[in-house]
Amino acid sequence: MGKVKMSKYRNLLLCVAAASVVAGPALAGKFGLGRPALPEEIAAWDLDIAPDGTGLPVGSGSVLDGEETFAEFCASCHGDFAEGVDNWPKLAGGADTLADKDPLKTVGSYWPYLSTSFDYIRRSMPFGNAQSLTDDQVYEITAYILYSNDLVDEDFVLSNENFMEVELPNAQGFILDDRDTTEAHFWTEPCMENCKDVVEITMRAAVLDVTPEDETAKAEAPAVVEAAATPEPAPEPEPAPEPVAEVAALDEALVKKGEKVFKKCKACHQVGEKAKNKTGPILNGIIGAPIGQVEGFKYSKAMKALGEEGQVWDDENLTAFLTKPKKFLKKTKMSFAGLKKEADITAVTEYLKSVGK
Amino acid sequence: MSNKPKGLTPSRRAFLKGAAAVGGSMAGGGAALAASPDPLIVEKQPWAQGTGDGVDASPYGLPIQYEGDVVRRNVEWLTADTISSINFTPIHALDGTITPQGCAFERHHSGAIDMRKEDFRLMINGLVDTPLVFSYADLERFPRENRTFFLECAANTGMEWAGAQLNGAQFTHGMIHNMEYSGVSLRSLLEEAGIKPEGKWVYVEGADASSNGRSIPLEKALDDCMIAFKANGEALRKEHGYPARLVVPGWEGNMWVKWIRRIEVTDQPIESREETSKYTDTLEDGTSRKWTWVMDAKSVVTSPSPQSPIKHGHGPLVITGLAWSGRGAITRVDVSKDGGKTWETARLANPGQPMALTRFYLDTTWTGEEMLLQSRAMDETGYVQPTKAMLRETRGENSIYHNNCIQTWWIKSNGEGENVEVS
Repeated sequence: MGKVKMSKYRNLLLCVAAASVVAGPALAGKFGLGRPALPEEIAAWDLDIAPDGTGLPVGSGSVLDGEETFAEFCASCHGDFAEGVDNWPKLAGGADTLADKDPLKTVGSYWPYLSTSFDYIRRSMPFGNAQSLTDDQVYEITAYILYSNDLVDEDFVLSNENFMEVELPNAQGFILDDRDTTEAHFWTEPCMENCKDVVEITMRAAVLDVTPEDETAKAEAPAVVEAAATPEPAPEPEPAPEPVAEVAALDEALVKKGEKVFKKCKACHQVGEKAKNKTGPILNGIIGAPIGQVEGFKYSKAMKALGEEGQVWDDENLTAFLTKPKKFLKKTKMSFAGLKKEADITAVTEYLKSVGK
Repeated sequence: MSNKPKGLTPSRRAFLKGAAAVGGSMAGGGAALAASPDPLIVEKQPWAQGTGDGVDASPYGLPIQYEGDVVRRNVEWLTADTISSINFTPIHALDGTITPQGCAFERHHSGAIDMRKEDFRLMINGLVDTPLVFSYADLERFPRENRTFFLECAANTGMEWAGAQLNGAQFTHGMIHNMEYSGVSLRSLLEEAGIKPEGKWVYVEGADASSNGRSIPLEKALDDCMIAFKANGEALRKEHGYPARLVVPGWEGNMWVKWIRRIEVTDQPIESREETSKYTDTLEDGTSRKWTWVMDAKSVVTSPSPQSPIKHGHGPLVITGLAWSGRGAITRVDVSKDGGKTWETARLANPGQPMALTRFYLDTTWTGEEMLLQSRAMDETGYVQPTKAMLRETRGENSIYHNNCIQTWWIKSNGEGENVEVS
């Protein structure tokens, strides 16, 4: 008996000892660390906007101005009508689809609060150049997105004054996490034997076949060469790409104009000394360069193939590509819809000539 | 999520190659008698005669070349671009519970940024007595904690709602990692600033261009959240938020804000993009659940599985996998070989730790029979991992997030595995 007691006592002691050894730090009030944040610092970072409008800046923007601003900063990924390009988010449409097999979730069909759109656009957009828009531009874009969703008329002007009057269609479409009650039957004693009569395979992943192949096997796979949209047969391998006529002086005014047009490209492409490959490749010295050869960028197979057959980014190819990227090369990864104005293409080409290697 | 492009068949070729290499042993089983002496034993091997690499051959060591396929992988058709995207931890090839940082999955909204410790600033503002700014060096002077937690993306297994889709545990369950974090409690930082009585929430925000931000109830923030700067003993990797990230134990990964720069005490949730348009779970009738923060109990067999087929002969077979729960510790894992008709309880490698991965093993004998392999986790609250049918019954198929269903691998008589759904 005595022995038993003894060991119990010892176990208890051990437990106590162990507990104090693994305990977290005992916090003793304040440590006097850090420094007070200055009002300017808080103002620079505290940009979030709550559903009740707390944090909204003074400003306004119309649907009409928004159409232009949207085309300039957003349409390359989200489409001219906020309908989305490729896998980039669709911002409009999808009304009454939430209970469908494939719901389309957009600002109009799904987002509960308009504050969220404003907040997100102001803090995080455009992709690749966040926080570059003025507050009025953000109002304009937000107004245009409302318009694209048929929620306001084309003469609508959104401002901090009328912001809270806009109620989004799905504002009441959310409930708080109710798993503890609706899924209370998941807390149960599990079955161990004869849990079902029949077990049949009802679906197989191999049938759907969307799993990425591993790299080694990929290399063995036959290379699929997509035909380029350019109709002429593959030219004889040229001895060397035609050098760009660097002798010709650049039209400085045109370069300036092109720099402005290039803003549309900046979300994905970088130029200059510190440029890195982003969504798109670095464009330093791209004029006259072989197609699909920027080091370290993962091109579509189709784009690579063009380069391998000796094609270069000359005026003709670049103009065709920038006019309608997907027409020039169906399988290009570039989701940009294209530049509508010929003058913009000429200008941006001139600008790209000015950014050498 | 619909079936997008036509991919190539899973590593069937790679698998068959592997099978051919061990073809001899596939037929026999157990300790077969060697017909002739093994040259690896009877002949002198170069590594046993010459010398190997010197100590500084690789000042920061990488896995040996033969393990080069144990890497994160991306499913390209899932997202528009790798800068705002996700990849997957190779859980099919790992063992134990700690995920090495170099192969722990990444999820960025605006790319992994480069930030020096010297440029790091963490602001606490809002409903506090004194808004404060901390430097990285300040963080290191608060009392420190070491705690191990899993981080699971709420979208893990999200592609499987409508049916079996991706053929491999890495792709179906690889949006998860488990690391030992060193850092300071969020509570100590908040108390340093002094929380005003009106404060009910914190809004946490990262320094990258996405300024990913989430609202967290103050109660959770003061309970067990951490600002971590080390993982598995070394500095966080850039892709995981170097120099410091938020740790929100048991809750969805999106809340674990990387490159954390600001914590605002508020009286209401901000309802940011990431907590309204994303990370909300649409039910069958079109209404959506929000604030579904906690990750339900879940498990998966990591081997054998489609990317980790049985390559040995009949006889002893180790079935292994991972289990975890955002509500606490895993207490039990059952394994079924017949698609859920009968179950046997697996062996936990170690007692479950709260909100951390638990490794399980089922030491068994395989004689080439087909198996419909499943695992089922239970946690300390008594929650039992549900079947996909049970989940669909309450949630429909459009939730995207929080799919913690029981996974089935069809292991064929040649040892190959496939992701399937069963009745």
